Amino acid sequence: MKEEALVRPLSGFRPWLIVGTLVTGAIAGLLFFSWGYQIKNDIGVAGINRPVFWGFYITNFVFWIGISHAGTLISAILRVTSAEWRRPVTRCAEAITVFALSIGGLFPLIHLGRPWLFWFMIPLPNHRGLWPNFRSPLVWDMMAIGTYLTGSVLYLLLPLLPDMAILRDRALAETPQSPRARLFRLLAMGWRGTTQQWHSLEAGIKVMAVVIIPVAVSVHTIVSWDFSMTLQPMWHSTIFGPYFVVGAIYSGIAVLMLAMYLLRRGLGLQEYLSDKVFNNLGLLFVSFTIIWAYFTFAEHLTVWYGSEPSEMAVFWERVSGEYAPIFWGMIVVNVVIPLGVLPFPWGRKPLATAIVGLGVLVGMWIERFLIVVGTLRMPHLDFTVGTYQPSWVEMGVLVGSFGMFAMLYFLFVQFAPIVSIWEVREGDHIASSVPASAQSVGDEA
Amino acid sequence: MTRWGMAIDTDRCTGCGACVVACHAENNIQTVGEQEARNGRAMHWLRIERHYEGSFPDVKVRFTPVLCQHCAAAPCEPVCPVYATYRTPEGLNAMVYSRCIGTRYCANNCPYTVRVFNWHDGEWPEPLERQLNPDVSVRPAGVMEKCTFCVQRIQDAQDIAKDDDREVQDGEVKTACAQSCPARAIVFGDLEDLDSRVTQLARSERASQLLEDLGTHPSVFYLRGGE
Repeated sequence: MKEEALVRPLSGFRPWLIVGTLVTGAIAGLLFFSWGYQIKNDIGVAGINRPVFWGFYITNFVFWIGISHAGTLISAILRVTSAEWRRPVTRCAEAITVFALSIGGLFPLIHLGRPWLFWFMIPLPNHRGLWPNFRSPLVWDMMAIGTYLTGSVLYLLLPLLPDMAILRDRALAETPQSPRARLFRLLAMGWRGTTQQWHSLEAGIKVMAVVIIPVAVSVHTIVSWDFSMTLQPMWHSTIFGPYFVVGAIYSGIAVLMLAMYLLRRGLGLQEYLSDKVFNNLGLLFVSFTIIWAYFTFAEHLTVWYGSEPSEMAVFWERVSGEYAPIFWGMIVVNVVIPLGVLPFPWGRKPLATAIVGLGVLVGMWIERFLIVVGTLRMPHLDFTVGTYQPSWVEMGVLVGSFGMFAMLYFLFVQFAPIVSIWEVREGDHIASSVPASAQSVGDEA
Repeated sequence: MTRWGMAIDTDRCTGCGACVVACHAENNIQTVGEQEARNGRAMHWLRIERHYEGSFPDVKVRFTPVLCQHCAAAPCEPVCPVYATYRTPEGLNAMVYSRCIGTRYCANNCPYTVRVFNWHDGEWPEPLERQLNPDVSVRPAGVMEKCTFCVQRIQDAQDIAKDDDREVQDGEVKTACAQSCPARAIVFGDLEDLDSRVTQLARSERASQLLEDLGTHPSVFYLRGGE
């Protein structure tokens, strides 16, 4: 088969992949151990207090939901604009979205004081007439994230059908009784590749691509409104909606660059996750650096100019106070380094973009932390100014969440091709049958 | 219609803290211990804020007891996802402990930072559990709480007045803090009753409110400016 590199992880015994799954699985176990400890010993084992009622958990919530915007941008927007270079990238981006959303969606449960009562937020008809409060941004969160998760899973599974069919046919020919063959047959859902089926699939994917874009924008806008709907200093800001969406896409591209680099190295996918793809994504990446920097600058300039006392307390704490080192560190990794590296062709080579992506990942986590904890420490009535020290439980959950993401990815890579085989084939077909002068502009870097 | 409110005279407050202790005793508030208090987890429904005015040698200290302001336009109410906090027809911002799932969003939107959270279950080693007020529930871990204007005392006075077939008189309902203040700095009553002491104080020239410009319409008035 031509795409040997893409199907190699899906059969046979791959020791490194299994070791990777087990190691990351152990780290993911830390998440559940810490959470279980917290449920048994009350929420007080976390470091949050008064007035810092939200800490690492909400930081992580916003962070992971933000990362989930990787898939939407790459898959949906590039599909809708017929950018051909997206073809090798869509599957791994869509996987990032589904896993990041699943992990992000855990955090609203983890941070609850009485998580076993989370179902109070679900509108279940009951004889007491008790409904959730639809005016609460947290209920909007549930609805938005639920919609986005459903949409993203569909958007991952639909284009998976033809690939599952390819794998099913290959497995039926070679190892018909293996568990994986059975899985492929199940997930292929009877795909035969008839013209009718292809039409339906293309239509379905087109609809999903168009629909998922406003859903994704609304999700992170609503998450940002958890903060901006309050009266807290430097939370009550009209810019948060678009600011968070831009930041989400930014962190999503960062994770994508890092993941793509690791996949390229780990699975030998240089032919598919090519230098050209990294180059194009790198250009997209640097444009988001500029947009993010613009929003950050606008937010801080207007706060500083207005000079409102309770907002200035939060502002100075960030710019020159206790959080200054991490604030300026964030500016370095989110603005200075990307702008110093990505505009140059050497800066858009795979390793360079992966390193910049890692920096942005750290920087965007810091941004969420500064927004959540930085404001809560400095309430309106400054007599109750606070401090925050995360406990081992919160650290364990944070580290465990990364382990869980990596473990889900390791598992995915062993059960589905991380580069979409049929889309790459379709792209090659288009490239070879259409004269070079008539190819879509998006193909050129 | 009744609208409960409070007037606190910061010229009279000596910062003795008797109101804080009385509130703890009346409302079954847990004591968290030194370590937790140092970590910002003290459970005072009512706190005494200490502000210095002037500079040496003309320094004055102003003590301001801050409690739930029972805002008419409370920012804590719309953000609770499960309707665990709401405004009663008599003007109290009520807390439904059994409905609270502990998202702590209400506490984050309170500009006065008056809400406190049960980070752990309270402990009352024997025989301290005998001091618990039977009219007030004991809240478990994971539940938000705050000043209720001693709703159990309001309820009690209303029950007695109903039995006697009369209205509740001004001064009949005394919150624990008002009852215990040696300087009589805290006055509680019905703001809709034009003859009540609290209404007269609330309308005095010396009255103002905390964070008035936020538009929360609190029910607590602070008096300052000298006799």
